[in-house]
Amino acid sequence: MSEPLSRGEQLEGFLKQVPIVKTIGMHCDIKGDDMVGVLPFQNKLIGNFTIKALHGGAIGTFLEMTAMAQLFLVADVERPPRTINITVDYLRQGRDQDLYARATVVKLGRRMASVRAEAWQSERDKPVAALLGHFLLGNSGEAQS
Amino acid sequence: MTNPMKDLDARIKFMRENMASMMKVTPWANEMGFEVTRIEKGHVWGVQPFHEHLVGDPETRVIHGGVITTLLDNLCGASCGAALKEFRFVATLDLRIDYMRPAESGRDILAEAECYHVTKSVAFCRAWAYHESRDKVIATAQGAFAINNPRTNLKKGEQI
Repeated sequence: MSEPLSRGEQLEGFLKQVPIVKTIGMHCDIKGDDMVGVLPFQNKLIGNFTIKALHGGAIGTFLEMTAMAQLFLVADVERPPRTINITVDYLRQGRDQDLYARATVVKLGRRMASVRAEAWQSERDKPVAALLGHFLLGNSGEAQS
Repeated sequence: MTNPMKDLDARIKFMRENMASMMKVTPWANEMGFEVTRIEKGHVWGVQPFHEHLVGDPETRVIHGGVITTLLDNLCGASCGAALKEFRFVATLDLRIDYMRPAESGRDILAEAECYHVTKSVAFCRAWAYHESRDKVIATAQGAFAINNPRTNLKKGEQI
């Protein structure tokens, strides 16, 4: 009998099956119930070639995915959370460097959760973008209309 | 020949002529594979075809929300290009996206964005994503965009 998978191993296994995770090229560095999302720089993430800036959509996708992954890590859900809404603040230009993100589950309710996430590059205290998102937890079977 | 950089009508004409290649020059938009399909003053339409590599949930095979973020962000930016009297690069300040219902797997997503107000330094946009019409939206977006060079021909608070 093998040991039951830890939550982190479950998350890693799940992320491996998600096409968009492979497309964007991100991974999660999981340490227990904590994790950092890592998005290595690639040319395809660029939104503006003249200034070599990351596309806001790529940053938004990475932040949303990091928020969902962190939520999956701490909430007892079988299905991935579903996004109710997200607000992304673009604070600085995303440069042609690796991007990192950490998310915090601010409120974990039975049906919904509120998550904040922040992305940075070379300096942790100079965030590139911040996200606030509300998510429906997978088990509740709501909002399928 | 009027200069598309200085004249809005000339720019809209230029954008329409280059609609097919518009998103090809933006790597991440090209990766998503969406296209601009129609351009009017301050208003653009586009289509995001369904692609397997954009799926965010392996069980339901539904496209990830981030793809809609990219689509609506980019269309909002383009709507600014079709609204500003003088051409300026814009940068997203913030973007809020509300999901009304899940997208259906295997179906194209249609979207439109409107730049509804422009000040000296900020353009305000809203956008919609749907399968058929705006009567049944998948998601709505609201965003503010910084106009990179603060000097435009618009007076403060002037409507487009």
